[in-house]
Amino acid sequence: MFNRGAIINIRGLGHRTIDSVMRFGYASRFFALTLLNSGACFRRPHLIVRELYYTGVQSMIIILVSGLFVGMVLGFQGYQTLNTYGSESALGVLVALSLVRELGPVVSGLLFASRAGSAMTAEIGLMKTTEQLSAMEMMAVDPIARVVAPRFWAGVVSMPLLAAIFSAMGVYGGYLIGVVLIGVDDGSFWSQMQSAVDFREDIVNGVIKSVVFGVAVTWIALFEGYDSPPTAEGVSGATTRTVVTSSLAILGLDFVLTAFMFRGI
Amino acid sequence: MATDNLVEISGVGYAYDKRRTILSDIDMKIPRGKVVAIMGISGSGKTTLLRLIAGWFKPTRGDIRVDGVLTRELDRDGLYSMRRRMGMLFQFGALFTDLSVYDNVAFQMREHTDLSESMIHDIVMMKLHAVGLRGAHHLMPSELSGGMSRRVALARAIALDPMLMMYDEPFTGLDPIALGVIRKLVRRLNDTLGSTSIIVTHDVQEALDIVDYVYYLSEGVMVAHGTPEEMRASTDPLVRQFVWGEADGPVAYQYPSRKFNEELELV
Repeated sequence: MFNRGAIINIRGLGHRTIDSVMRFGYASRFFALTLLNSGACFRRPHLIVRELYYTGVQSMIIILVSGLFVGMVLGFQGYQTLNTYGSESALGVLVALSLVRELGPVVSGLLFASRAGSAMTAEIGLMKTTEQLSAMEMMAVDPIARVVAPRFWAGVVSMPLLAAIFSAMGVYGGYLIGVVLIGVDDGSFWSQMQSAVDFREDIVNGVIKSVVFGVAVTWIALFEGYDSPPTAEGVSGATTRTVVTSSLAILGLDFVLTAFMFRGI
Repeated sequence: MATDNLVEISGVGYAYDKRRTILSDIDMKIPRGKVVAIMGISGSGKTTLLRLIAGWFKPTRGDIRVDGVLTRELDRDGLYSMRRRMGMLFQFGALFTDLSVYDNVAFQMREHTDLSESMIHDIVMMKLHAVGLRGAHHLMPSELSGGMSRRVALARAIALDPMLMMYDEPFTGLDPIALGVIRKLVRRLNDTLGSTSIIVTHDVQEALDIVDYVYYLSEGVMVAHGTPEEMRASTDPLVRQFVWGEADGPVAYQYPSRKFNEELELV
């Protein structure tokens, strides 16, 4: 015989599972509606350009600084390890591959989720709370077409560009530490990097990852904002969920994508 | 076919689900060119009724006709084309905070018309002039007081000269001067634009001075209706308590609770 507490726990688990599945279904429907209502913002590109400024350009500082520091740390750590085996000339390869394949898309994705994703959720959540979305609906303007779709495409376009900037800054940071500070040979740093980094296998795969992360983060951020309860507590909870869910989604998707792209066996 | 009534509501009921009935058997007629108030205490279903008229929700029972069209049968495009002829003033204005006063008023024109920017400029200035804020066109919503926000929202709502204006608690949270301005504007704009207005409010005295007819809702049921004079003279205890703001009456002062002496454990 089950005791009463166990039954209540099982029932609670069932409710939570059903709620999660329903919410995922609602989010998928929201995603489909966003894609279906994207025509209007492509006809009025200034709507996307404006959002590109807020999501992309305004994330530049954090991406530039983080990229530079991650690259510099890679320069130190990479040199220390490679020096043990006498192959410090491969420092350029190590820095570039680490950044282009993994750190560029993943770290810039995490930073994008915290900087731009949380801002999107808070903005849309507050627009809902202050009835701005209702006012738009009342004026016969679809908020998904006017507010959500431009932000979605701006996020999808910004993310790979930010990841590329992050990687470029990281390579420069590695160069500063490896070549300028420690004195690794300049020529071998760049030439080994040039010969070892493959355009299709490394760069294109990195870009694919960053596009997927861009879609995931922007979708989560916009949905959380649109679905947030119209209260101060509701918006703050939605903003937190955006950062947590996006970060976990990036790490999970990175594993899946890397497994598919893996050619080692 | 055009009738004398712009909005006709017959036998309308609305429920979120089986246990939560919001409105029951509502019958209303809003004549063209008139200003009609829907009154009632908070939670009586007034705003829900306004949203039903705007086609936001579909009634669970009954029919709502706006300009002779049955809203229940409208698809999304039909609903949007009906809303283009409606204006709504939200309780706190609901201005788009990322757009200036000018761009807020121009919003609908840019979304729905092919008017040139110079034409839009002239119309925006006319609308802002009508609410006395032509000089504030360059300000952002965060720079406006509560009363000014409400006036800008009003200018935005009348941008396309709507046939039906709906006001959701337009007098809430305003100082006496701003309140007087909004009150006069509601009446004046209705008469000069030749539109029809519905005001949802619980600010009795402010509304009774400017409206032509009043419907009074209580707990989702229409309990009284009449001209402002009839409402003031009403002997119905519920209407009397509401109109004269009496603390106790049919609507109890105390939230349902245990007896006071039991609460204090005196017995």
